[in-house]
Amino acid sequence: MDLTVLPVALGDYIGLSLVIFFIGVAGIALRRNPLIVLMSIELMWNAANLLFITFARVYMNNAGHIFAFLVITVAAAEAAIGLAIVVVVFRNAKNVDVDDVRILRG
Amino acid sequence: MIGFFALAIVLIASAVWTVAARKPVYSVVALLLHFAALAALYVTLNAEFLAVTQIIVYSGAILVLFLFVIALLSSGVAAFAQGPDRLPKAAIPAGFAVLVGFGLLAFGLANATPQATATSNSGSLHGAAGLANVFGSVADFGKALFTTHLLPFEITALILMVAVIGVVLLAGDVTPFVSRTADTKRVKREMREAILKEGGE
Repeated sequence: MDLTVLPVALGDYIGLSLVIFFIGVAGIALRRNPLIVLMSIELMWNAANLLFITFARVYMNNAGHIFAFLVITVAAAEAAIGLAIVVVVFRNAKNVDVDDVRILRG
Repeated sequence: MIGFFALAIVLIASAVWTVAARKPVYSVVALLLHFAALAALYVTLNAEFLAVTQIIVYSGAILVLFLFVIALLSSGVAAFAQGPDRLPKAAIPAGFAVLVGFGLLAFGLANATPQATATSNSGSLHGAAGLANVFGSVADFGKALFTTHLLPFEITALILMVAVIGVVLLAGDVTPFVSRTADTKRVKREMREAILKEGGE
């Protein structure tokens, strides 16, 4: 394992990824607009992807790239289905606020 | 190294802007900036193909999907109905951004070509683009994707198909789980009852 080939220290990449991830967590926890919640989820996917690609580079192993590619695919599918759910909920309720959607709550 | 910290500042700032923006449209713009900076970071980590995929899939597909949904949900809302009045104001920054983008592109093209040829023989990391033995190049990635990791790639196709079918079922015009024949039977019965009622009166 040769860490010296990275442009900056490995910890900087991990720290950057963690900061982005927890900004996404804060977005999910604090915002009520479902579109912004979905975008926060995209931020978290990308923070994870950054770590995959960083460690693929550290170990010079392609598997991290493949996994990041699959994560991008699943994120695209998730965004499509999430937006479809938002459209359906809005069509039924005329209100876009995740706190007001209580149909599935017990 | 300076590049990394500049990109990190852009990434964190645009992420905060995405989460804190007042309107979803601003969030989409911030997220676009975030994805572009992330693609640049991927390039510095020798993941060329993933950088291009990031731009195409995220900026090209997912964010446009978000914009379409925002346009769909807010049609008829007054702030969006004003529409074209704001265009002249936005034209100056948009034109400036396009000019800067083209300038960066020209700068990168002018500088990248001699470097790539000069360092093509210096090892497995900094080679000419497209060689299979260079880590992270398109050829390297494609070879791994279609040989070692073929099964996950095939599963990707299944996931995307399930997503497409799910979206059509959820947001499509026809409600999926109501039988069409039962619906038509109900309509016919109502028509028959209406006719009978008219006849009775």
